[in-house]
Amino acid sequence: MAVTQYIHPLDKHLRLERIPTLYCPGCGLGIGLASMLRALDSRIKEGSIDPDKVFWVGGIGCSARMVFYVNYDSAHVIHGRAIPFAIGAVLANPELKAIVVGGDGDIAGIGGNHLLHAARRNVDLIVVMFTNFVYAMTGGQVAPTTPRGVKTTTTPRGNPEYPMNAVKLVTSLNANYVARASITTPHYIEQYFYKALGKKGFRFIEVVSACPEVYGRHIGLRNPVEMYNELKKRVKHKPKASIEEAEIDWDKGIVTGEFVDRDNPSYIEILRGEQSEI
Amino acid sequence: MRKTFTSGNMAVAEGALTAGLKFYAGYPITPSSEIMEYLAEKLPQHGGVVIQMEDEIGSINAIIGASWAGFKAMTATSGPGFSLMAEAMGLAVITETPIVVVNVMRAGPSTGVPTKTSQSDVLQARWFAHGDYLIPCYAPWSVQEAYDLTIKAFNTAELLRTPVILLSDAVIAHLWEPLMIYEPGEVEVIGRKIPIDKQRAKFPYKPDSDLVPPMPILGHGYKTIIESLTHNERGFYAPMNTEYKALVKRLILKILKRINYIYEQETRYCDDAEVLLVSYGSTARSVYLATVDYRRKGLKIGFLRLKTLWPLNEEKILNCSRARKIIVIENNTGKIYFDMDRIFKDRDVYSSPVLSLELPTPREVSEAIEPWL
Repeated sequence: MAVTQYIHPLDKHLRLERIPTLYCPGCGLGIGLASMLRALDSRIKEGSIDPDKVFWVGGIGCSARMVFYVNYDSAHVIHGRAIPFAIGAVLANPELKAIVVGGDGDIAGIGGNHLLHAARRNVDLIVVMFTNFVYAMTGGQVAPTTPRGVKTTTTPRGNPEYPMNAVKLVTSLNANYVARASITTPHYIEQYFYKALGKKGFRFIEVVSACPEVYGRHIGLRNPVEMYNELKKRVKHKPKASIEEAEIDWDKGIVTGEFVDRDNPSYIEILRGEQSEI
Repeated sequence: MRKTFTSGNMAVAEGALTAGLKFYAGYPITPSSEIMEYLAEKLPQHGGVVIQMEDEIGSINAIIGASWAGFKAMTATSGPGFSLMAEAMGLAVITETPIVVVNVMRAGPSTGVPTKTSQSDVLQARWFAHGDYLIPCYAPWSVQEAYDLTIKAFNTAELLRTPVILLSDAVIAHLWEPLMIYEPGEVEVIGRKIPIDKQRAKFPYKPDSDLVPPMPILGHGYKTIIESLTHNERGFYAPMNTEYKALVKRLILKILKRINYIYEQETRYCDDAEVLLVSYGSTARSVYLATVDYRRKGLKIGFLRLKTLWPLNEEKILNCSRARKIIVIENNTGKIYFDMDRIFKDRDVYSSPVLSLELPTPREVSEAIEPWL
């Protein structure tokens, strides 16, 4: 039966005709999206964001598919290229609030080059990267964030590579805001995304998510509750953590918190300054 | 109108400015870089933005995004960068995004000879990305035409909501010639069709009778869906045969329906020609000189120059001359020849390519075609 009336406070932010989502039972992405929508809802209610100017962009993957479900201008583009697509849109219309969503494969793997240059430019967009340690949509291949030793469908003898710490990568550049949260602490996702929505320049939030269906199968945590609890055990929230402490390690712990929060001139502000001199 | 003296690359940039370019994203690559350098200076004065991206993939994706935000957008590159743009060209096709992509052809494969000319990418321009599609493609032979066809490329892109390719080459790029630049109002500049209201904007892929859907602009509260997946008129993923067939066929038909607008050719000495020389782009300059030379000697040689490479207007090509013998001259190993052979199916069609890092000379052209005369 089609949903014809709002029955959830966030329903107005969703394209209800596209619900239910394709996400597997136990997937962490719903928690992440709901947290982001609560923050967006607050921003819209307080009048600091015009919903007509909100623009969601996603590449390819489970996380990028969030753009299917949000009731805003949205683009579902090609794998890894959500960031340059969003850059073009915001430079053409600086009033747009561009929100890029994607998994670690989309954002930091195939799209890694765009990620670091967007951060270097401090270009005006928010990137929310969902890290679930695996390529889930394609069936469980190794990802840039997969811990060493984990057996995936393409590393049957265990992952020989070191995983990427995207927070450390982005903090080494010129981003105005870098934070990490976990789906086990949705209030921090909401809080960080709310903050990011109020800032200019490049804003990066890594959301550590749980994928019991695909990643859970690889590491013996197929049960969503177990997976969630195991992730929760590993998450260490440090409100004032240094960048050096920003570990993301399945064995040693996952540090969440805000790592960069500053107001350097954004790319658009700098361009506008130059324009006014012409 | 004002007269200036400039290069092919700068003529492309000037043409884009005349056509209303507002966003340029690019990555440096020989022999196209002057286009970005020139626009970096000029475009901000016209209220536009130039950004040098981290690669050509970023460049083309950025112009697609900018186009959806309402700006006329362009990028320029050469072979290696053009190859990198293939996947996103498919994105522009399926999302029906007006963009102009300039490929200043240089010798390949791979890094090849960056500073030297070629016409080797003419079939790449046609069969670029995966999937079925038809992207209009223009090939100028002079500085003036680099300017004129850039304007035409923008007009075609906006009129038909499609990516358009301008195939220049290293010779045209660095050739200096007189150029007439139009002032606003002196040349037709086409803007895009936008939805009349919010209800119409809900269907960003529902065509009008011209098979082209009005294009909603981001930021107007239309909740537009830009979708790289095969989609229905609303923009929802539609992995069903009916929707798939309807979409792919329309994407091609909307181009073919306007072939009389898109397609341009130039003919000389065709009326009584017994042999027809077919050429395009910079190589056509030498082919034309060779034609004039043959005419002086009394040979009935005709000249056909393709200004539009894709789509080819087969009827116009077939009817331009009654010559029984057709010779195709191009600076590659023989590529447009295959289409000419198909179009002139009951006549004798010969391939006489001149593969050269320099502009083929009229003498080289004559040497190449003489075995068939």
